[in-house]
Amino acid sequence: MSSPHRVLPGFRLSLGFTWAYVGLLVLIPLSSLVLKTVSLSWPQFWDTVTAPRALAAYRLSFLASFAAALINVVFGLLVAWVLVRYRFPGRSLVESLVDLPFALPTAVAGLTLTTLFSAKGWYGQHLEALGLKVAYSSLGVAVALTFIGLPFVVRTVQPVLEDIDADVEEAAATLGATPWQTFSRVLFPAVLPALLSGFTLAFARALGEYGSVVFISGNMPMRTEIVPLLIVTKLEQYDYAGATAIAVVMLVASFLLLLVVNLLQRWSHRRLETRPGT
Amino acid sequence: MFAPSTPMARRQARTLGGSPLLRWALIAVALVFLGVFLFVPLVAVFTFAFQKGSAGYLAAVSHPEARSAILLTLTAAGIAVPLNLVFGLAAAWLLSRFRFPGRALLLTLIDLPFSVSPVIAGLIFVLLFGRQGWLGPWLAEWDLHVIFAVPGIVLATVFITLPFVVREVLPVMQAQGSDEEEAALTLGAGGWRTFLRVTLPKVKWGVLYGVILCNARAMGEFGAVSVVSGHVRGVTTTLPLHAEILYNEYDFTGAFAVASLLTLLALVTLVLKKYVEWRSEAS
Repeated sequence: MSSPHRVLPGFRLSLGFTWAYVGLLVLIPLSSLVLKTVSLSWPQFWDTVTAPRALAAYRLSFLASFAAALINVVFGLLVAWVLVRYRFPGRSLVESLVDLPFALPTAVAGLTLTTLFSAKGWYGQHLEALGLKVAYSSLGVAVALTFIGLPFVVRTVQPVLEDIDADVEEAAATLGATPWQTFSRVLFPAVLPALLSGFTLAFARALGEYGSVVFISGNMPMRTEIVPLLIVTKLEQYDYAGATAIAVVMLVASFLLLLVVNLLQRWSHRRLETRPGT
Repeated sequence: MFAPSTPMARRQARTLGGSPLLRWALIAVALVFLGVFLFVPLVAVFTFAFQKGSAGYLAAVSHPEARSAILLTLTAAGIAVPLNLVFGLAAAWLLSRFRFPGRALLLTLIDLPFSVSPVIAGLIFVLLFGRQGWLGPWLAEWDLHVIFAVPGIVLATVFITLPFVVREVLPVMQAQGSDEEEAALTLGAGGWRTFLRVTLPKVKWGVLYGVILCNARAMGEFGAVSVVSGHVRGVTTTLPLHAEILYNEYDFTGAFAVASLLTLLALVTLVLKKYVEWRSEAS
């Protein structure tokens, strides 16, 4: 273990402090979840996580998060493209505003979107006239999750688009490619890995989101109740076992998603290494 | 990236999306989308907050419960940010300068608060310190309150914001390398002196960036804090929780007045973030 780095001081101090801090604040609290899970009997666990109310919550959380992430893929790519390739008045303002969902407390987003989309709200009154009910419906959940996930795709795709030289497109056009061919054969394959990791990040964030959704969803069991809310409801009834069981299902789901993100990143790295110049 | 705009504009005519019609159509669609989801909600917060005029606004934000919510929010952030700053510097130094067994595990654990739902972050502290939690009976014996009290809110905030500073400082420290540190040490500077005089100035913009993001999240956190708070009015309500209570009591103007304070925080955060990005690119 005589790496050249060891001449630098502070190894023991920073190692000890970092592990102690992470141990106290992450490892010990998290182990309380593991201990609680182990203390549950299998039938008790299984009945809780497969109760009709829980299944309805998984379904809503999954579908609404998926829809929101998909919307963000389409519009995220568009926004990233417009920001990278075009110059227009107000561009730098837009560039800064994209990060708003990261900076704005989720409760504020929830309050505001609910008020805008409610029956008498700025958006809601027009949408209701068209027969679309957004606030207090599963559509509202998807709207809130779209807001929350908005920056992810833009921020993962943007640097990739910046790296693609306009030369490549120009070459494709010179060689006789139609704009659609240039997009689908040249640009899209290059941004696909970034698009996929942006999608997964937005999807994972949406699955766990609580603050913005509780306001707009109306929280009706079986209909507009998301998984995090179900956990909170169980905690409020002092049903620690039930809350833990549902939380474990959620943790497993987010762990799998994290794995997907890592695999995607490795895949895209390999693609970039084997195809220099793209 | 740094290509002058005129050749780029000339070239745009031949690249994808170069026809003016398509270009303006794409810009228009993107702006409408961002307008509907970002700009209008931003304007709406302040419009709703001032619905009863500035007198109503001032009454809502200076109400004793609002004031105690502001104080609690500042307390939680005031504890969480410095703690996670010190932790972030130590962890970034460790992870960027040394290779040791367990490094990957440590990185995973540091990232964990980012990847779990805020609700689960609250839940783990309830399981630990709650009435039926592992330490519950012991805490009750000593008449100590963590859950549904201020310590729980601080703990949840520290947990949620733990990765922010490390995540921003680590890549900067890694990119800078340690040649200057080694030179300083060879010239006889002590370890602390080297860290404070050589390392810290090199990574200052990364540190500031991390602190800004950490602070925004600490003040705005809702889910985790909501689970451990118990919503005791004027005692365990942070600003986001106070806004929720007012909203649920149909005091919309009051709720949005409180929300506007948090929105201002978000806007200040975005401006500072932009400034730090600009300064760190310039240096």
